[in-house]
Amino acid sequence: MADAGLAESVLERLEKLDCGVDSQDVASVLSVDHQAIVGAVKSLQSLGELISAEQRSSKHWELTAEGKEIVEQGSHEARVFNAIPTEGLSQTDLMKLPSGKVGFSKAMSNKWIRLDKGHESGPRVFRMVESIEDTVQDKLVQVQKGLTGKLDEKEKNELKKRKLLSEVTVKSYWLTKGPSFSTTVTKQETDLTAEMIASGTWRDKKFKPYNFEALGVPPECGHLHPLMKVRTQFRQIFLEMGFTEMPTNNFIESSFWNFDSLFQPQQHPARDQHDTFFLSDPAVAKDFPMDYLERVKKVHSEGGYGSQGYKYDWKLEEAQKNLLRTHTTAVSARMLYKLAQQGKFTPVKYFSIDRVFRNETLDATHLAEFHQIEGVVADYGLTLGDLMGVLHQFFTKLGLKKWVEVGNSGVFRPEMLLPMGIPEGVSVIAWGLSLERPTMIKYGINNIRELVGHKVNLQMVYDSPICRLDS
Amino acid sequence: GYIADEEFDELCFEFGLELDEITSEKDIISREQGDVRAAGASDVVLYKIDVPANRYDLLCLEGLVRGLQVFKQKIEAPYYRRVGATDGKPQRFIITQETAVLRPHAVAAVLRNITFTQERYDSFIELQEKLHQNICRKRSLVAIGTHDLDTISGPFTYTAKAPDDICFKPLNQKEESTATELMRLYKNDSHLRHYLHIIEDEPHYPIIYDSNGVVLSMPPIINGDHSKISLKTKNVFIECTATDLTKAKIVLDMMVTMFSEYCAKPFTVEEVEVVCPDGSTCLYPDLAYRKELISGDTINQKVGIKESAESLARLLTRMCLKAEVTGKADEIEVEIPPTRSDVIHACDIMEDAAMAYGFNNIARTKPKTYTIANQLPLNKLSELLRLELAAAGFTEALTFALCSQEDIADKLGKKISDSRAVHISNPKTAEFQVARTTLLPGLLKTLAANRKLPLPLKLFEISDVVLKDDTTDVGARNNRRLCAVFYNKIPGFEVIHGLLDRVMQLLDVKPSRDQGYYIQAASDSIFFPGRCAEIISHGKSVGCLGVLHPDVINRFELTMPCSALDLDIEPFL
Repeated sequence: MADAGLAESVLERLEKLDCGVDSQDVASVLSVDHQAIVGAVKSLQSLGELISAEQRSSKHWELTAEGKEIVEQGSHEARVFNAIPTEGLSQTDLMKLPSGKVGFSKAMSNKWIRLDKGHESGPRVFRMVESIEDTVQDKLVQVQKGLTGKLDEKEKNELKKRKLLSEVTVKSYWLTKGPSFSTTVTKQETDLTAEMIASGTWRDKKFKPYNFEALGVPPECGHLHPLMKVRTQFRQIFLEMGFTEMPTNNFIESSFWNFDSLFQPQQHPARDQHDTFFLSDPAVAKDFPMDYLERVKKVHSEGGYGSQGYKYDWKLEEAQKNLLRTHTTAVSARMLYKLAQQGKFTPVKYFSIDRVFRNETLDATHLAEFHQIEGVVADYGLTLGDLMGVLHQFFTKLGLKKWVEVGNSGVFRPEMLLPMGIPEGVSVIAWGLSLERPTMIKYGINNIRELVGHKVNLQMVYDSPICRLDS
Repeated sequence: GYIADEEFDELCFEFGLELDEITSEKDIISREQGDVRAAGASDVVLYKIDVPANRYDLLCLEGLVRGLQVFKQKIEAPYYRRVGATDGKPQRFIITQETAVLRPHAVAAVLRNITFTQERYDSFIELQEKLHQNICRKRSLVAIGTHDLDTISGPFTYTAKAPDDICFKPLNQKEESTATELMRLYKNDSHLRHYLHIIEDEPHYPIIYDSNGVVLSMPPIINGDHSKISLKTKNVFIECTATDLTKAKIVLDMMVTMFSEYCAKPFTVEEVEVVCPDGSTCLYPDLAYRKELISGDTINQKVGIKESAESLARLLTRMCLKAEVTGKADEIEVEIPPTRSDVIHACDIMEDAAMAYGFNNIARTKPKTYTIANQLPLNKLSELLRLELAAAGFTEALTFALCSQEDIADKLGKKISDSRAVHISNPKTAEFQVARTTLLPGLLKTLAANRKLPLPLKLFEISDVVLKDDTTDVGARNNRRLCAVFYNKIPGFEVIHGLLDRVMQLLDVKPSRDQGYYIQAASDSIFFPGRCAEIISHGKSVGCLGVLHPDVINRFELTMPCSALDLDIEPFL
């Protein structure tokens, strides 16, 4: 707090007045610098409603540095006059005086002095009058005393022209008593302390008000990545719907499980080098369930299980090629095959959310790797109506109305299921979507690079809200 | 008459298509190249429709209109017939043994007395191009050649010759060239250069001659100029050479079923006798109709509807799958026309029935399937640890599983040959050379991209790396790792060490030499000498921690000291 004494003086000053007072007047009455009063006003304001202070600006006249010099030493012309002795002064010497040049011409026009050009020792200056009245100095003294009103406009402008006065704008306060006006200032406490609680002194203290406009101090904490927050929610939804998580921790897959087992023909464009990352090391997979592989080969090349097949020369070498899985459906295929091997069929609901890889052209919404969400239901007698019903439930939980846009769905073909040993009559419905797309929609991110990968701005991670998909 | 755009959109949806957008040539050019370029372009309305990948019969306007008219029951689906030549002697197409190693298959047909208009002609050319791009797999599986039959005379010979022994005037060129010269010429052709690789390195190129030695085409690259078709062409000879006979038959069937509409006898196609090297002969086009029997009950059960067999037969007929009830129970006989090569199983018939019924008319039901959900234990552990690491003040990063060799080897002061990394054979850029073997490079790159943020930076990631492993069927396996870094003005080994202690506490592993975990001095090129320790849990090495080597810090474009923790979490399952 600024000088408490001064603040109290301001309050005392205000108490005597019925109306208000300008802070400048207070300064001049108390003979202190106006800035000190402003400081006192500000500290009083922070104490609550002791006073009310309305800011205003006013213009006033102030002496320039030269004007102040004149108040002390007299005007240039007076100084010239005073410098001239009875016997006169040579013009050359006079001009050497600090006020010489300005003072000489003014004193001449005032007819205080005369110049004798023909003097024997060269031009010489003599007094013309006995005494003078230095009105310039007098006027400036009035201004310094704050009595500018005694000068008329013409006089002020002339002094302004001589650069002795200047007009300045001053910001001041119009002070009036506040609703809780008092002449005593109680020192306000910044905050409650343990000592105050123990001693009970808090009862008598006044507390400095908090600034509720300011933000708090952010807590020191770690943060979860927004995409992973959304992943957690999707897991939650599947778990709520009774789906069991598939083991998708195998990024490397053989073409056999990634394509052939899904009845994807070997010449399919998705199996092109331009779309899929193949491996050079380890280049090929070994250990296939050979009897199943033979059935897959047959259904592709000759048909069977009610299918015409694709009727082409199915090659083992093509199926052996290792790759980075292009979809998690490769894992679904492994799981369904495993299910078929367990003897008696039991209905299942499976899900997974994990990375998949595509060797495709990258743009604002496509990266070489992304997360695929997949749901699979296998049971006797499932219908297309069931598929649509499950999708409806799932997307309702997501809070997404237009789900057609973000995913795809279908019924697995008999050519895929029957060679696995899944019993006839069992239908398998499935759907998939990317995790990134709904996350970008949820968090309003347009470029996938701002969400995934090492180039993301961690501030985005720090600032991202929690994920509630259904709200 | 005209129909409104909304009505057309609705019709497309009912028919299983998606109306992508309504635009014009002018709009497209204006969008891609600006208004100035678009000034003179056509503003005729274009409808862009997404067609399912295997519905080749909907790729041209002729097929699409026919399909929609049948669907709307304006017309009956036409019956496509292969007919003999008027003089009883079919055109002959002879395949020689020389083609066997290259493109051993060929099929052919004649469209007799066809009438082209500019629109029909353009559509004819466009369909060839669309088929070349998809089912023909950019001409590698099948290549189509179309010729003015009146300019050539059979029998035709399909053979293969050394490139220098092949000489002809190719389509739209003025001079004759050898095949070698042509291949050189087309290197710079924006369109044809994409097909050169199919035969480029072969000692012999496929070539088709007529009985006078006139070159019809050099598949799959270019036709001869001599036999090119024009608006005035009356009789079209179509040949398809292929590595896949099934696809060649489909492609030929598509071409002739779509355009025989414009023949003097609509929907008839004149046969061609193809003679194989072994002397056997086949008549083409195939135009095979197949019949399937399916019970109405099966369709109802799979779709989830209750329609009579008669009603289902009507729905299928509207989808160009002519169907009739046989009278035996609820049995339906379905005839699959040559245009519907996509129908290879009864399930495809059911899908069409569902589509004609209207997907939106099928009642949504809840499956009765009762199951208990289980989390994958590894993922459950990862989820629980992620929350605890964030609670410990570390922020989760999400980095790529693929990276450059440099990231996991050179930059860490290691040799790629010493790593267990799996290598990608066809990366388009260095960013996708290998799968990561450690999470550390991703975290360090994340730090580098965020150097402007206030220090310290504390990051973690729990995710999979990939390691070669002979014991699995594919020769590699994933490994779930926990990696954390502390980046500050001071190395903060004690911070990262404290994090390890906290993680072990969470995993209920006590600090102990024999019954828990401890750390012991180790050396690794990643870490500063004397500032690296190995983590031993229950007698097994499970990871390491330490202060990063200044060389590693520099190579990742970082400037401050950094400590790191790398832990395999699978032993703690």
